[in-house]
Amino acid sequence: MSTDDPPRANAANAAAEPQNAVELTGITKRFPGVIANADVNIAVRSGTVHALVGENGAGKSTLMKILYGMQRPDEGTIKVDGAAVEFHSPADAIRAGIGMVHQHFMLADNLTVLENVVLGSEPRTGARLDFKMARRKIQEISSSYGLGVEPDRLVDHLGVGERQRVEILKVLYRGARILILDEPTAVLVPQEVDELFGNLRELKAEGLTILFISHKLDEVLSVADDITVMRRGTTVASVRPGEVTARKLAELMVGSALPVPELRESTVTDEPVLEVSGLTVTSPDGRTVLDDLSFTIHAGEVLGVAGVEGNGQAELVEALMGIRPPAAGTVRLRGENITRLSTRRRREAGMAYIPEDRHRQGVLLEASLWENRILGHQTRPPSVRGPLLDRRGAKADTQRIVDEYDVRTPSIEVAATALSGGNQQKFIVGREMSGRPVVLIASHPTRGVDVGAQAAIWDQIRRARAEHLAVLMISADLDELVGMSDSLVVILRGRLVSSFDPKTVTLQDLGSAMTGAAPPTTEVA
Amino acid sequence: MGRLTPRAVLLGIAAPLGALVFAALVCAVILVVTGHSPADTVQAMITSGKRPRTFVNSINSATNYYLSAVAVAIGFRMNLFNIGVDGQYRLAALLAAGFAGATFMDSLPGPLRIVLTIAVAMLVGAAWAGVAAILKVARGVSEVISTIMLNAIATYLGQYLLLKLAVPVAGSNNIGTRPITAGGQVPGFAYPGSTSKVYGLVVLAVLVGLVYWFVLSRTRFGFDIRATGMSESAAVASGVSVRRMVLYAMLFSGAIAGLVGMPQLLGSAHSYSLDFPAGLGFIGIAVALLGRNHAAGMALAALLWGVLDNSANSLDVAGVPKEIVAIMQGVIVLSVVIAYELVRRYRVRVEQREVGRALGTTRVPAEVAA
Amino acid sequence: MTASGLTVGAETTAPPAARRRRLGASGYLLITLGALAVVSLVRLLTGAEDLTSGGTVGAALTAAAPIAMAGLGGLWAERAGVVNIGLEGMMVLGTWGAGFAGYQWGPWAGMVFGLLLGALGGLLHAVATVTFGVDHIISGVAINLLAPGTALFLSKLYFSTAPGGGQKQSPPVTDAPHVSVPGVSSLLQDVERRHWFLVSDVAGVLRGLTVHVSLLSIIAALLLVATLYVLWRTPFGLRLRSCGEAPVAAESLGVNVYKYKYYGVIGSGAFAGLGGAILAISSSQFRDGQTGGRGFIGLAAMIFGNWRPGGLALGAGLFGYTDAMQLRGSDGVHALLLLLAIALLALAVVQFLARRVPIAVVAAVLGVAFGWWFFASDELPPELVGAAPYVVTLLVLALAAQRLRMPKADGRIYRRGEGG
Repeated sequence: MSTDDPPRANAANAAAEPQNAVELTGITKRFPGVIANADVNIAVRSGTVHALVGENGAGKSTLMKILYGMQRPDEGTIKVDGAAVEFHSPADAIRAGIGMVHQHFMLADNLTVLENVVLGSEPRTGARLDFKMARRKIQEISSSYGLGVEPDRLVDHLGVGERQRVEILKVLYRGARILILDEPTAVLVPQEVDELFGNLRELKAEGLTILFISHKLDEVLSVADDITVMRRGTTVASVRPGEVTARKLAELMVGSALPVPELRESTVTDEPVLEVSGLTVTSPDGRTVLDDLSFTIHAGEVLGVAGVEGNGQAELVEALMGIRPPAAGTVRLRGENITRLSTRRRREAGMAYIPEDRHRQGVLLEASLWENRILGHQTRPPSVRGPLLDRRGAKADTQRIVDEYDVRTPSIEVAATALSGGNQQKFIVGREMSGRPVVLIASHPTRGVDVGAQAAIWDQIRRARAEHLAVLMISADLDELVGMSDSLVVILRGRLVSSFDPKTVTLQDLGSAMTGAAPPTTEVA
Repeated sequence: MGRLTPRAVLLGIAAPLGALVFAALVCAVILVVTGHSPADTVQAMITSGKRPRTFVNSINSATNYYLSAVAVAIGFRMNLFNIGVDGQYRLAALLAAGFAGATFMDSLPGPLRIVLTIAVAMLVGAAWAGVAAILKVARGVSEVISTIMLNAIATYLGQYLLLKLAVPVAGSNNIGTRPITAGGQVPGFAYPGSTSKVYGLVVLAVLVGLVYWFVLSRTRFGFDIRATGMSESAAVASGVSVRRMVLYAMLFSGAIAGLVGMPQLLGSAHSYSLDFPAGLGFIGIAVALLGRNHAAGMALAALLWGVLDNSANSLDVAGVPKEIVAIMQGVIVLSVVIAYELVRRYRVRVEQREVGRALGTTRVPAEVAA
Repeated sequence: MTASGLTVGAETTAPPAARRRRLGASGYLLITLGALAVVSLVRLLTGAEDLTSGGTVGAALTAAAPIAMAGLGGLWAERAGVVNIGLEGMMVLGTWGAGFAGYQWGPWAGMVFGLLLGALGGLLHAVATVTFGVDHIISGVAINLLAPGTALFLSKLYFSTAPGGGQKQSPPVTDAPHVSVPGVSSLLQDVERRHWFLVSDVAGVLRGLTVHVSLLSIIAALLLVATLYVLWRTPFGLRLRSCGEAPVAAESLGVNVYKYKYYGVIGSGAFAGLGGAILAISSSQFRDGQTGGRGFIGLAAMIFGNWRPGGLALGAGLFGYTDAMQLRGSDGVHALLLLLAIALLALAVVQFLARRVPIAVVAAVLGVAFGWWFFASDELPPELVGAAPYVVTLLVLALAAQRLRMPKADGRIYRRGEGG
C-alpha cells in the first residue's frame, strides 16, 4: 500500500507537468427534464486533498456517481493518472484505483470490522476464510495510515467516527489510490472532524489523492489544497484556499444576484402565536441535533429558516409537530403549553403541516384524493360528523380545494399517486390551509414543484398570512425564503446562528451564515 | 378505493382469476401424472356439488371461513399479521361451550343465553389476541411470532381445559363439554331436499361482514386503520397513535376470531369436543388473501372454499384422494399472492406512462439530481 | 422478525447491549455446571429422579434432533434475510419422503428423500419471496397449507395399497442403527443410581448422551457444527450472512444477493426436510400429522438460540427435554415448575443489575408466581407441559429481548438496485 515513488508536484521539477490523479473534462449528464451536470471541468492534482463544494442540487453527487462508475456521462472524458478511462460499473472504478466512501455508511452492524472489510474480496485457504491473513492486512493498512481500527470488534459497538474509518479502510483494502469522500463530516462531532482531517493528512503523506465533497466552508478551508465550486450543474471556479476568503467562496456557491425586494405591507402583528424556548432534541445515538433553540412567531408573520440540509431542520419540524419528543424545552401555542400534546391534539389546536417528504408523510398514495382530504383532519368537519366519515362533506371540500388551488386532476376519485408532484403539493397546501389553522409549519413547501404551482402556493401562503396566519417556513430555496419571509434565521448544527432582515439581506450574507463561514450574529429573539 | 373504471375492475379480478385457472391446471397435471382423469374428477365434484346436502354444508363451511377471514383481514388492513386466529377461536369456542353448557344457564331465557355465549366467545378471543398486542406494543415483539406461539399454547391449554370441563359423549370415545340444552341453541334454516340445516348464525356472519365494511370505509376509526396500513409515516404525521391502533385492531380481530366457532357450536355441535374443526384460522388467512380483505370479495372466496371442500367429500369413493382439493387450495393461495405482485408491478408501470401522457409534460424540472 | 410493516414498540427495546464481556468456553462450562447444580438440588428436594436420569436425557436427545434440524432450517433462511415459517410444511414433506423411500430402500434412502423433498419446498418459498417479492410470512403460510394436503394425497396414492401401510401412514421403516460408547454404560448407571448431588446428575446426562444414541442424532449434531463452520468461517457463509444483515452493502461490494438468498432458503428447506426424515425414521414410519408443530418449535429454538447454532442446540435440547419429561411422568414434570421459577428469578436479578428495573420486576413477579404454583400444587397436568417451549420463547422475547441479535435485514423484501 505504501508508495516508494518520490513525492510529486515538486516545484523544482518544473520540466514536466505533475500528473493529475483525476481529470474530468466537459462532463455533461442529462436526466429526463433536467440537466444534472453541464460541461464540468475538474483537475485533481495527485497527492492532494481536493474539495468540491456546492449547495444541494449543484450536481456534486451526480458527478461523483459518474466518477465512481455508477452512472455514464453523456459527454466528456475522464482521465485517471493521465490515461483515459471508461467506467461501466463500480467494479471498473475500483480496478482503476478509485474508492468511494458514501455519506450513508454501508456497513453491517452485526458483523465484525474484519468481516465488513473483506466481504466480497475474502482471502482464502481452500474453502476456508483466511482470517489470519485478513487480520494482518487490515492491521497493516490501519497502522500505515494511522486509522487505529481493530478488526475483531463488532461494527455495532463503534462510534460514528470509527465507522467512517472502517469505510475508508474498506476502500484502501481494495487498493484505492484515489478516495472520494461524500459529505464526510455531516455526521461527525467536532473532535471526530479533527481526527478525520488528521487521517486525511496521513493518507495524503502516503501519496493518496482525496476528493472531498462538502458544503461546510470553514472545514474545507482548513484541510483542502484545492477547491472547486459547483453551482447549478457546472463548475464556476477553481481556487486555492490561500486565494479566497470564506465569504467569497460562499458567494461563488450561492450566487450574488440580489432578489427584487417585494413591496408589501407588513402584516406582522405583535400577538405571539408560536413560542419555542430552549428546545433540545437528541438522536438515539446520543448526538445533540437541536441545541437550545428559542424563537417566537407572531400572527401574520412568516419566519424563514435557512440552512443547508442536515443541520436539524427535520428534527425541528418533528419536535414541533409532536412526532419526536424533545429532550428539553417548551413549545407554546397561543399561550398554551403543547410540549406534551400528541400530534392529533396539536392539529386540533390549529397546527397545520406541510411535510418535507410528501410521499411518505403528506399523502396516502394509494388512496383517492378525497380520502386524502381527510388525512390529518380525521377529527374535524367537514371530513367527519361524529364518529362517522362525512363522505359528501369531504368530497365537496376536496372539489373546493381542487378549484381554489388549481389542482390538475381528472377527478377527485383518482389515487393521489396519479397526480404530478406539483399538483400533489398544491393539494396538500390546500388541505392544510382549510380549517383555519393558526400556525403553519411548512417544510420545503415548493420542493420538486413546477414553477406555476410554486407561484400558486406562494400566493396562497401570502393570502393566509394576511389573515393572521403564523408561518414557519423551512427551505433550501433562498429566493423563496427571501421573498416570502418577514424574518429570517439561519440554522447550523442545530443552533440558530444568525438572524436577518429579508428586505436588506444579501445572498452572500446568507450563504456565509449557512456554511459557517461567518461568525454568528447575536441571539435570535 | 372507489376507482371503478373498467380497467381497474379488470386488474382487480385478474389476479384471483388467474390464480384459480393456474391452480386448476396444476391440479389437472397432477391428476394426469398420478393416473387419474381430470374430467372424471370434475364430474364427480359437480355431481356431488349439486346435491342439496352439499349445498347446505358449503354454506355452513363458508360461514365459518368468512368469519375467520374477516378476523384476519382486520389485521391485514393495518399491516398486522394475526396468525393467531386459530388459537383464538378454539379457546373461545371451548370456553364459550363450557359456559353455555353449564347448568345454571339452563334456566335463563333463550335469546339471553345465546347473547351471553357469543359475548363470552368474543371476550376470550379478544383477550388471547390482547396478549400478543401487549407484547407488541410494550416490548416490540413481532405479532407474527407471538401469535404462532400463542396458537400452540392455546392447543395445550385447550386440551387441559377440555379435560376439566368434559363429560363423555354418549356412544363414543369422544369427550366434550356438557351439551347445550335446546334453549341455548340457534335454530337453523331448513333446505328442501336435505336433512341438514343451514346455520342460523349465517345471519351473524353477514352482519359481521356488513359491520366490517361499514366501520372500515365509513368511520373515523376505520380510516385511521386503513391509513396506518397504507403508510405508517403518513398516519403518524396526521396524528394517528399507532400504538393505540395496534391494540384496538388486535383486540377486534381477536373478538371476531372468537365468533368463528359459534355458528357450528350453537347450530349443530352444541358442545365442544375433540373433533371440533381445527385449522379454521389458517383457512381464514387464505380466504382473506383471495378476497383481498374486501367484505364482498372474502364472501365469494369463502363460498368458493366451502364448495370446493364439500364437493370433494365424494372423491375418495371415486378413487381420487380428496386431498387434491387441498392441494388446489394451497396452490391458489401461493399463486394469488404472486399474481397480486405481478399485477401491481404492471399497474405501476402503466400508470406512470399515463401520467406522463395525460398531463402533457414530462418530469418536473425543479428536481435536480443533487 | 419484523416482517410486518409497523415499527411501533421497537423504540421501547434498546439496541443490543454493547460491551458485553464475551464468555469463553470455560465461562459456558461454568454456567452449565451451575445450572446442573441447581437442577440437581431441585431433584434432591423434590425426589424427582427422572430429572436427570440417563433415560430422560436419551429421550430428550431423540426428541431434540428433529427440532434442531427444523431450527437449523430457520437459521439458514433468516441468516440470508428470509423469514421461513413454512418450516412445518417442509418438515411434513420430509416425513413423507422418508416414509416413501424408507420402507422401500432403508433409512438412509429415507434421509436423502426427505432432504430432497424439503429442499423442493424451500425452492418454492425462494421463488415466491426472492424472485417475486411476495411477503415472507404469507408465502410460509401458503406452504404450510399446501404441504400436509400434498403429503396426505401422496400417502393415499402410494401407501394405502402397500403392505403394512394405510391411507394415512406408510409401511414400517427400519430405524437407523444406534451406537454406544463402549464400556461406560454400566459404570455411569451405577453412579447414577447413587443419587449423589451433582455427580450422579452428571453421570445421568453423560449416560444419556453416550449410550444407545441414534446415528441420526449424531448426524444432527454434526450438521450443527458444520453450519457453524460454514456460515462463520468461510467466504460463502460470510456472503450469505451479509445478505441477511446489510444486503445493500453486500450488493455494493459485488455480492449477488439473490443467489445467496436462494442458497439460504433452499438449504432451509433441506434441513427442515431432514428434520422430518429423522422424525419419521426414528418413529419407524410416516404418519399424517406426525410433525405436531415441531416446525414451529424449531423456530422457537432458533430465536431462543439467538440465531446461532450453539444457542439453537441448547434451545432444541431444552425443548426436547420438556418433551421427554412429558412422556415420562408427572413427578419430574412438576419439578419443572420450580426450575422455571428459579430461572425467572435469576433473570430478574440479571436485569436488575443491568438497570432495567421494570423488566426485572415483571420477571420477579412471574418467578414468584411459578414458584407459588409449584408449592401450591401436587402435580402439573401433562397437557400443559407441551406448551413449555412456546411459553419459554415468549418469556425470552418479552423479558430478554435486548440480548437477542436478529439478522438486521431479516424479513425485508429485497429488490436489486434499491440501494445507492
